[in-house]
Amino acid sequence: MEVFATAFPALSDAFAMILQPHVIGYLVLGVVMGLCIGVFPGLGGIAGLSLLLPFMFGMEPVTGLALMVGMVAVVPTSDTFASVLMGIPGSSASQATVLDGFPMAKKGQAARALSAAFASSLFGGLVGAAFLTVFILAARPIVLLFQTPELLMITIFGLSMVGILAGRVALKGLVAACLGILVGTIGEGASSGALRMSTYDMPYLVDGLKLVIVGLGIFAIPEIIALLRRDKAISDRAPLGGGWAEGVKDWWANKWLSVRCSLIGVVVGVIPGLGGSVVDWIAYGHTVQTAKDKSQFGSGDVRGVIGPESSNNAKEGGGLVPTLLFGIPGSGSMAIFISAVALLGTGSIEVGPSMLKNNLDFTYAIVWLLALANVVGTLICIAASGGIAKLTEIRFALLAPFLFMIIAFAAFQSRQEIWDLVALFGIGLLGILMRRFDWSRPAFLIGFVLAAPAERYTNQAYQIGASRFRRGFEDGIEYVFSPIVIVLIIITLLSVVIGLRQAKNIQAEGSVAAGSKRAPVVFLLAVTAYIALTYWNAAIIPDFARMDRVFPVFVATVALIGCALLLVQMMRADETSAIFADREAEEADDNVHGLWATLGWFASLLVASAVFGFILALAGFLLLFIRLRAGKSWGYAAIYTAVGIAFICAMAWTLNRDFPPGVLQSFVDLPWPLT
Amino acid sequence: MLKKTLAALALTSALVATQSVADGHQIDLSGKTVEWIIPFSETGGSAKWANFYAPLLSEALPGNPTVVVTFNPGAGSTKGANAFQEMGYEDGTTIFGSSGSTQFPYLLSDPRVRYEYSDWNVVLASGTGGVAYLPPELSAQLGDGGDASALQGEDFIYGSQGATRLDLVPLLAWEMLGLQVEPVFGIEGRGDGRLMFERGEANIDYQTSSSFLSGVTPLVEAGTAAPWFSFGALDADGNIVRDPTFPDMPTFKEVCEATEGCETSGEQWDAWKAFFVAGFPAQKMVFLPAGAPDNAVATFTEAFAAIQERDDFAEISRARLGVYPQLTGSAAQTAMASATDVPQEAKDFVINWLSERYGVVLQ
Repeated sequence: MEVFATAFPALSDAFAMILQPHVIGYLVLGVVMGLCIGVFPGLGGIAGLSLLLPFMFGMEPVTGLALMVGMVAVVPTSDTFASVLMGIPGSSASQATVLDGFPMAKKGQAARALSAAFASSLFGGLVGAAFLTVFILAARPIVLLFQTPELLMITIFGLSMVGILAGRVALKGLVAACLGILVGTIGEGASSGALRMSTYDMPYLVDGLKLVIVGLGIFAIPEIIALLRRDKAISDRAPLGGGWAEGVKDWWANKWLSVRCSLIGVVVGVIPGLGGSVVDWIAYGHTVQTAKDKSQFGSGDVRGVIGPESSNNAKEGGGLVPTLLFGIPGSGSMAIFISAVALLGTGSIEVGPSMLKNNLDFTYAIVWLLALANVVGTLICIAASGGIAKLTEIRFALLAPFLFMIIAFAAFQSRQEIWDLVALFGIGLLGILMRRFDWSRPAFLIGFVLAAPAERYTNQAYQIGASRFRRGFEDGIEYVFSPIVIVLIIITLLSVVIGLRQAKNIQAEGSVAAGSKRAPVVFLLAVTAYIALTYWNAAIIPDFARMDRVFPVFVATVALIGCALLLVQMMRADETSAIFADREAEEADDNVHGLWATLGWFASLLVASAVFGFILALAGFLLLFIRLRAGKSWGYAAIYTAVGIAFICAMAWTLNRDFPPGVLQSFVDLPWPLT
Repeated sequence: MLKKTLAALALTSALVATQSVADGHQIDLSGKTVEWIIPFSETGGSAKWANFYAPLLSEALPGNPTVVVTFNPGAGSTKGANAFQEMGYEDGTTIFGSSGSTQFPYLLSDPRVRYEYSDWNVVLASGTGGVAYLPPELSAQLGDGGDASALQGEDFIYGSQGATRLDLVPLLAWEMLGLQVEPVFGIEGRGDGRLMFERGEANIDYQTSSSFLSGVTPLVEAGTAAPWFSFGALDADGNIVRDPTFPDMPTFKEVCEATEGCETSGEQWDAWKAFFVAGFPAQKMVFLPAGAPDNAVATFTEAFAAIQERDDFAEISRARLGVYPQLTGSAAQTAMASATDVPQEAKDFVINWLSERYGVVLQ
């Protein structure tokens, strides 16, 4: 009762603060800005919030909060457009949406998928806010229960989702996940700073690869290339009737799934340290495990959209708990949010442990501004989805250069070096091959995302655990096997067993016919060679830095065993076996253009960027691509190029970013944007 | 005493700057955009610091140019600093914000460092302090004046960002007090270290002053943490005195004196003090690139001095920066010199200690 006595006055204060015309006005402004940025893949809330920072100084706290929260809240809503329509994960929040959303778009159900996604997002956001209103008062001690062993177990639970997404050949999925983990360990070790698969001569690799590059490379580039080779529109049939109303009905029919996934979103979002990048995978896994008919997952089951989308907006709410209560940002955008809050007013709001005591009204204002922003954002998105969905009916050769421009720009925001584009291209090539030979790309991405937390928590839990055991055996056991850890172990085991049993029915990326033996074997050998190299590279790390050696060596060992077993299976199986899946055989009839010719276009953009700088190279690329590949007139190509360059310059200018310079720029000083 | 000296220094520097204006030797930045390069990501402490100053700087500079903060993160800030080293002075529209994490690799001869502080022109030096704290039950065992002798058998766990970072200062301090502290590496920010302490996994921690005020003070009030010592502050003669933000807390020097076996002289102490001075009293600095003319330096110096003369500066800066000197002019130069000119013996001691204690080899 005491809890309610403090909560109610604060809650009504919060609503009095929010429900003022100018506050709502700023919220809508923030939402619109967030939508404009979120629509473009790879430019998440970080870019948007840093755009707002200069205006925050001395701003009235509630209006400033409305503006920022409006922007943060809608990014996971608006990035759904890219995920569903183009198969490009707009941000880490919508990776899993791609799996079923994009196939739906291909089947002409883009509007349905979008509106189901938006309805789920809205609902998830509201459930998240309602849950938080009560939970935030009790959250602090509960969050503190999650010590390092618990965090490690949640990470392992996230990894166990690989079991469901592994595809028809479970071993391939396992190796793909291990490969993802190993790519995630590239760079300086977190523990002793030992270098893995990198040298100080190549400073780019020392910091490791960023999620935006790996996400775009592994999902977006293969899809764009594949669509380009077919040379049609994304949607291969006329749009079905019903459109957005049907999507909302779909959501209503699955409302309990939506409730469960929302709660998953809030709870995982609440736990600091995981940043919510696994939430959508866990939600997807849960959706698949609890569904009766699993045959359609991966080829356009609307439930595969509803699950992850319900969780990712709820996660934003959950992420407020570590941010506001502990002053520890759950994500990059939350970190900027914290520093922006301190700029508001006279700096009277202090994010951190004192927030609940001194600023409970502001805390509630933030929670419900978030909910309100979700409502506003969703309404705008649903209104726009019918129109935007028409993009899927445009001939793809006209869309692709534009997409490539945006993706390259987004990737370049990672480190602002030309190497960002090289990394994007390299990971993209890997993605193309994995797609071709039906190696699970979701498994790879989960591995990549969880590599750093898995290693960190393993090492930390080991170190702290050892110290506890030195104090006493019981102390140690109590620390390592807390009740939460035991529950998580049971859940993980169940999920793995169920996942393995069902994996054969779930083809997260559609079915693939088998081709000849040679190409899949060559790819497997190449993967094995890379893993062996990683193993050797990690094994030579000297003893004093052994904490940086153990993890990659362990993962590489597992992967090598997997590779060996696969090789044995390949030697025994005959040509039609699923193990030799090869999309080239599957899509041979549809493809108008060759793989290497298509890829060559983008390689030439990369090389030209390195020589002439990004903008000059882009202008040439757009012009020639539209003229030669799309077969339009020179006039058409010139206008397309002008519009494209103007657009990207406007975007860079607003976000205050430069473009990658080339060799030319080191000799000649050119004015912006050519620098 | 300290405050007075610093105020006098600030005043002198402001006067110097004002004179240059009177001579008409000031660069005009109207219609231009000043780019403030931060060699870290958007999310770190340096970003907060620069974002605090940027709008104020825009108001204070002649011609009110737009001031934008740009981020060039990588390789623990050495990448951005290397890039800044390559830039020559053009028209005063590029400035650089360094931090302790830029200073330490420079001092430790990190192979990635290709920048040279003495080439640059400092126009602002912002200081901070640090506070070490313990769980109450361990704090209760401390002797008079923070004497650590009773804790020397304890098994300490500390969440650390890396032994070559600012964490070097507390780690070396604890070692000098005879404590067995095992650093758990791989945490991503000091906030995560505090969380580890709050969860009861770490049982010793330190925070910089502003984080201590916002993050640990509530814990102290709730009885789950107890402050132990501050690292202290420097007076005008370079002596360690009590931190003005925490006048009631003993400094590490006092605790060291009270603890048997800890010496406040000799090689180890000199090394600790040198790295403390490099990491805290002049932690964040603003530079103009190599080759900047005097009038450009004077323009920025005066602008930063003018910011501190705002009537509301004390109020708006308290939460963001803490109550620490924001030095300009010759005071900033003195601060930079003491922060970047560490005696060779101190460097050798620390490099050797890092390799023996943590196996860190900086080749």
